[in-house]
Amino acid sequence: MCDQTFLAITFGPCDNCSQNKPLMNIYLKNEPINYCSLCVELMACQGLAKGETTNTLKAESESLKAKLEEERAKLHDVELHQVAEKIDALGQFVMKTRRTLKGHGNKVLCMDWCRDKRRIVSSSQDGKVIVWDAYTTNKEHAVTMPCTWVMACAYAPSGCAVACGGLDNKCSVYPLSLDKNENLAAKKKSVAMHTNYLSSCSFTNSDMQILTSSGDGTCALWDVESGQLLQSFHGHSADVLSLDLAPSETGNTFVSGGCDKKANVWDMRSGQNVQSFETHESDINNVKYYPSGDAFATGSDDATCRLYDLRADREVAIYSKDSIIFGASSVDFSLSGRLLFAGYNDYTINVWDVLKGTRVAILFGHENRVSTVRVSPDGTAFCSGSWDNTLRVSAYLRSSGESELRNILYNTV
Amino acid sequence: MQDPKSGVKSQTQRLVITTIPHAITGEDIVAWIVNRFKIDATEARAMGTMMVAFGYIYPLQDHKRLILKPDTSLYRFQTPYFWPAQQWPVEDTDYAIYLAKRNIRKKGMLELYEQEQYNSLYKWMNHKWDFIVMQAKEQYRAGKERKKPDRVVFDCQERAYWVVHRPPVRNIWTEYRLYGQFKLVKYTITYKEHDPFLHACLPSNPWLTDDVTYWTLNMPNVETPTKMRVECWTFSFGELLMDPRGRADFRLFLKKEFSGENLAFWEACEDLKWGAAETMKEKAQQIYKTFLARGAPRWINIDGKTMDITVKGLAHPHRYVLDAAQTHIYMLMKKDSYGRYLKSPVFKETQRKAIVPEPHRFTRRPSLSPIILRQQEEEQKAKLAASGPVDITQVMSELERKQKT
Repeated sequence: MCDQTFLAITFGPCDNCSQNKPLMNIYLKNEPINYCSLCVELMACQGLAKGETTNTLKAESESLKAKLEEERAKLHDVELHQVAEKIDALGQFVMKTRRTLKGHGNKVLCMDWCRDKRRIVSSSQDGKVIVWDAYTTNKEHAVTMPCTWVMACAYAPSGCAVACGGLDNKCSVYPLSLDKNENLAAKKKSVAMHTNYLSSCSFTNSDMQILTSSGDGTCALWDVESGQLLQSFHGHSADVLSLDLAPSETGNTFVSGGCDKKANVWDMRSGQNVQSFETHESDINNVKYYPSGDAFATGSDDATCRLYDLRADREVAIYSKDSIIFGASSVDFSLSGRLLFAGYNDYTINVWDVLKGTRVAILFGHENRVSTVRVSPDGTAFCSGSWDNTLRVSAYLRSSGESELRNILYNTV
Repeated sequence: MQDPKSGVKSQTQRLVITTIPHAITGEDIVAWIVNRFKIDATEARAMGTMMVAFGYIYPLQDHKRLILKPDTSLYRFQTPYFWPAQQWPVEDTDYAIYLAKRNIRKKGMLELYEQEQYNSLYKWMNHKWDFIVMQAKEQYRAGKERKKPDRVVFDCQERAYWVVHRPPVRNIWTEYRLYGQFKLVKYTITYKEHDPFLHACLPSNPWLTDDVTYWTLNMPNVETPTKMRVECWTFSFGELLMDPRGRADFRLFLKKEFSGENLAFWEACEDLKWGAAETMKEKAQQIYKTFLARGAPRWINIDGKTMDITVKGLAHPHRYVLDAAQTHIYMLMKKDSYGRYLKSPVFKETQRKAIVPEPHRFTRRPSLSPIILRQQEEEQKAKLAASGPVDITQVMSELERKQKT
């Protein structure tokens, strides 16, 4: 349960459009009024007042931003690695690829783990969405989408459905069936409708609701059964590339990152943008919550990954190296949050020590850029998908004795 | 006030090895003010405190707390150079020079809040940091040329001046923000042993050894959970609820305490929040009838105000209508039932039964040497020759079987 922003939402007729909706309490000319979130957005963007031009407004917003940064800096904060000085450093890690999943005909764009810790769904540029049992490397289901560039896919919490979408501007949900002969496309449900490509999608705590982000700059929450739009989230000024839901205990929020270099935290109930962070120098490709929900990490085209603390309301760590000049396309945390796995466009995966800010491992193996990295739900392995058409599942090989190492390597294929 | 004859009585005070001249006691200050202005002791004390707060008088002992103590605590008059009446703008550059000088004199002498401000000034004034360090060194050198007692006095005065103008900000917001980062560090420490990348998972990581025992032992609704899993439940109430096995254990405990309706209500609210839009209205009504209405079969105990808001909201039900009530019940379970659960016989029994799997030890099985196999074949052939015609397929299959073991 979130103790942060508990907005006193009332429900009733909006003062402007008179429709019965959840209301936001705002002040207009020092008078408190109740508008629904859509009217608030419309009013805020209602064109320029007399004497204003877009340039003057832009200048004003830049000066306000600078003032905000000044105020934040004045608060004399310490960096995360200083707070974590007394913690033991980690040694170097040796990661080994344990499974290579071959079967996609073109670039792998996205993947997601099932809650059973071994199945995954992956989508690729050629329009195919495949459900694998990564442990046995068997393909269990395959769906052909009517469009190419399927940039988003997600596994339902129950494990009985998958959602995917891309250049078709829609998000569709396919219930999975054990019957091999059944055409999964027949039972497909079209849920989300955007005005531009779908960049990312995720189920909430159940199979009944989906959260999507799109190239049209908005995020939206949909009801799967009816396809109804439950809430929309406006505030990004460019394509939204990624979103992540907060871990269940910490409340009903999610974070999104986009091409406007901003990472925004939203309240799902009211549709409001509760926090915003803008310290990246280029597009944010991926956002992921820290396991406790108190912070989140971002990967960006400026070749850095950054950690933002929600309580401190600022960036607390940067993960970068002079030798890394290619953008980070995807990030994910290990179970304890100590390690950050990041896939880069220079075909490698770097593993960072979250607290100390140092790199503890680097993985080679992919033959083209790494587009997606996800740690399994129980943290035993991580899967990386790449433009070289393959997915690889890798785990940490503990070198606890030469003979045991050999045993592990030779007892398996 | 400083007049040696008609002013506050002063004396030379010894401080370790040096002596500080013209030290005055708090009670003497108060007495003098009472006398001079013909006011009572409380008002005199307030007036004295104001003088200390503004920096006209500074305490020698508890130099961080700028108040006047009407006892034998010692004070001194601040030199006019440092009086606020001089109206110098308090420059950050001067403060940076002062902190740098103290750092030079003795490394690690700065307090935490001073260290933080030093770091921050270093960042903001980086372009003139050479100048600042040079000034600090100059001042330090000039100071060394003065006589020791003078130097001690001046140090006291300067320190007092900066305590007035750069007070240690024990801002709640600073603590709150640092608290956030401590939480991140604490989380990684708590979960360190549960992270398969940092600690071996027992019996073995399925991806490394191709053995799925680890997953079988940790199925969602297994009868006996592992010790690691049970330990997770003690980390937070959220962990207990999110794990189906943990929630089942908690439910059992609540049943014994006859307060199972709280958990049932919470689960119903979750179902409402995340469920399909179609069934939402009926679900809300159902929940009201079962848990909230007067005389309901599983009536939950929430305070009047929350009940009010909830009932009003139910006139126009939406998926978050029960949020206030749900939060209330969640907090109730977290603060009360959870603690008791962890001490209860139900939990202790589960803990006792929890298993710790042995780590897998993989050894290669040896196989028979070809020499022995050939010997066995020869023996078989010899037996056949001696016993007469037999079914050749039987012999061959028996030989094959022997070879396989």
